[in-house]
Amino acid sequence: MKKVFSRPESLRKKFVFHYCPGCGHSIAHRVIAEIIDELGVRGTTIGVPPAGCAVLAYNYFDVDMIEAMHGRGPAVATGIKRVRPECLVFSYQGDGDLAAIGIAETFHAANRGENFTIIFMNNAVYGMTGGQMAPTTLLDQKSTTSPPGRNAVLDGYPVQISEILAMLPGTAYIERCTVNSPANIVKTKRAIKKAFQYQLDGRGFSLIEILSPCPTNWKMSPIDACRWIDDVMSKQFPIGVIKDTPAEAAGKEGAGHDR
Amino acid sequence: MNSKVLMQGNRIIGEAAIRAGCRFYAGYPITPQNEIPEYMAENLRKVEGGVFIQSESEIAAINMVAGAASAGARAMTSSSGPGISLKQEGISSMAAQELPGVIVNMMRGGPGLGNIRPSQGDYFQATRGGGHGDYRTIVLAPGTCQELADLTMDAFDLADRYRIPVVLLADGMIGQMMEPVVFKEPKPRQYSADYVLKGAGTGKAKTIKGLILDPLDMEEHNWKLDRKYRVIAAKETRCEIFNTDEADIVIVAYGTAARVAKGAIKRLGDHGIKAGLFRPISLWPFPTEELRRLAGTRKKFFVFEMSTGQMLEDVRLALQGYADIAFHGRPGGVVPTPVELANVIVRQYRRDR
Amino acid sequence: MIVKTIFSGFGGQGVLMMGYSFAHGAMSEGYEVTYLPAYGAEVRGGTANCTVAVGDEEIASPIASEPDYLVVLNTPSLYTFQNRIAAGGLLFLNSSIISARPSRQDMEVFAIPASDIAEELGNARAFNTVMMGAFLKRTSLVKPEIYLKSLETVMGSKKKAVVEINRKAFSAGYDFLKA
Ligand SMILES: Cc1ncc(C[n+]2csc(CCOP(=O)(O)OP(=O)(O)O)c2C)c(N)n1
Ligand code: SF4
Repeated sequence: MKKVFSRPESLRKKFVFHYCPGCGHSIAHRVIAEIIDELGVRGTTIGVPPAGCAVLAYNYFDVDMIEAMHGRGPAVATGIKRVRPECLVFSYQGDGDLAAIGIAETFHAANRGENFTIIFMNNAVYGMTGGQMAPTTLLDQKSTTSPPGRNAVLDGYPVQISEILAMLPGTAYIERCTVNSPANIVKTKRAIKKAFQYQLDGRGFSLIEILSPCPTNWKMSPIDACRWIDDVMSKQFPIGVIKDTPAEAAGKEGAGHDR
Repeated sequence: MNSKVLMQGNRIIGEAAIRAGCRFYAGYPITPQNEIPEYMAENLRKVEGGVFIQSESEIAAINMVAGAASAGARAMTSSSGPGISLKQEGISSMAAQELPGVIVNMMRGGPGLGNIRPSQGDYFQATRGGGHGDYRTIVLAPGTCQELADLTMDAFDLADRYRIPVVLLADGMIGQMMEPVVFKEPKPRQYSADYVLKGAGTGKAKTIKGLILDPLDMEEHNWKLDRKYRVIAAKETRCEIFNTDEADIVIVAYGTAARVAKGAIKRLGDHGIKAGLFRPISLWPFPTEELRRLAGTRKKFFVFEMSTGQMLEDVRLALQGYADIAFHGRPGGVVPTPVELANVIVRQYRRDR
Repeated sequence: MIVKTIFSGFGGQGVLMMGYSFAHGAMSEGYEVTYLPAYGAEVRGGTANCTVAVGDEEIASPIASEPDYLVVLNTPSLYTFQNRIAAGGLLFLNSSIISARPSRQDMEVFAIPASDIAEELGNARAFNTVMMGAFLKRTSLVKPEIYLKSLETVMGSKKKAVVEINRKAFSAGYDFLKA
């Protein structure tokens, strides 16, 4: 009999995810692990988990990993990739990690066209620390540090990281996906695989943004959280390919990744 | 009359700060101090002129505080572990520019990301300046929620009086626990506002700066700061001396460790060991003289910290040659029980006898 | 005198509220008191607990390595804490949910079918107030009237129905244990 569902090789053998029920992190982990298997690069992959709910990712992925301090993943990944250009390097970051404290590292890694991939988990809150406002929190969305709802005048606006980074010539591939339904998970998988392939082909910086449910801090059931992504969150953060630089252009625009 | 309320440590800091006239808070989430920014988000914006900002990082938060202080506000930020490390450049700059401000550090286990349990591993960082250059900050270490309320208010007064950043150094346990508190009446703000930037109007423009390229001028600035630090060292030490009249052994501990020590002292009594406590409340300036005075009549000092031994160095500086010093430490976020500490002390001095 | 109590159960069962209201009541009775919740990631896992120390002298450590009293609302909490309770200590458990009993003999166990009692009163969620009734009957640390006032203060609810059901639930728990 053919086995149709099994644990990816790139996930460890024995563990239980510590994530809350309905959390997008567990799905994203699984998808990434499947891709690493399919590309056959488990032995040459190095991951950089963040400070955030995904900090324990190294307990789940059976690939080499180094934890970064909060927001510094892209700098750590830069160091790794420059020393080991043959490796598949990815940094995995939440929206606080990437878009608040780590915006400088993210922006400049993208601007240098560093040839690695960022998996950007956008759940519109700080998950790990208990539901504070994130740069991606929607207007009027309540959080523990925006109790009446996010106020544009006092708290600023939700940040469209993917669109902003797409403006930088150094970025090769940027797509926004979500993991709120089986169909969308398939699309997410396709996107990450493409980004990893671009990296393996030396085409430069790639980032996959994933709108990810956080039922716990959204104070919703997992099903309502998935629905909220469709009905509300994706209106602010539209799903789709945001930038796809053709191979020829990548060479010209400064990917030059044999350095 | 101010009545007694049951409140969580972190929220007490927020409330005490607002009552003390803090009108600017910037901070970034990090456990175990999240309730401070959360309290400020809820309450500071309701106060006239109150500004709460969740900054993009701790680096931004401390620099926002510097800006608010230069513009004349009572300003505060708070964090823990990694976030306090990120603030150090800004704290150094505030020390150089002689700006007042309050920085709360709810210590957690480290180094690195470490954990979120109560710890005392940041003593060196706090009491030795923490950032680059030749400077000090006042460091206050509360041991109870009541003291948290009182010292938060005092921190603003001291910051103004000496135009200096003041660090409130506590830990995750004090931040998370609730105890009854009575908020004291804050003193009216007293400071000389010469430095405050309001726009020059038709008068002379002011500058606040830390870049002093001429070494002789920089040296003069360093000595000027040092003179200020000497005044603080002479006038602002604080400590609690508990149960030492009959004591053969004096435990030296601060903050949460001192609470554990008090519990241990009771149990040591049951073993027939008379112990007392010396609890530094100001960690910088360290109450060296007070401790040394105690060593005139007591000869056994037992330092207990939730670290591998940091305050121990200040105790040695104070007592080396005057008394015996023993040490017990539990780093990494472990809070030992009073029973454990008592047992360690019993073993220590049984061996000596 | 200092007595320490640990309240433990699933997050959402109201354990923190039980500890908080109890601490508040003890403060109103004039005691020294500390309340220490478990915090951070350990809460995410689904269990919550808090420690309340009550005394007529300064409370040194808010941590209970050997609690005098233990109130447990789910089976995992019973397993976690049963070995920590001081010899001669009191254990209160919600027997509607917990069928296991501690293996130790050196403590007194009070099995209170709190969820069943609460359900009979028409509000299954009030089971923790039933537990508090039984707990305070046996420990006498806070007088019923004072506790109920504290509960209303910390819940901040002035809704008549809520106040009513809590009072009923408390009395039911209080009367369940014979003096
Ligand atoms: C310098 C520093 N500041 C703050 C923290 C605390 N911290 C840990 S994770 C985190 C944010 C988590 O939010 P996000 O990045 O959105 O990831 P999520 O947990 O939602 O997946 C924060 C503020 C830290 N570890 N280091
Ligand atoms: S808090 Fe949110 S992001 Fe974190 S594990 Fe739970 S659901 Fe996931």
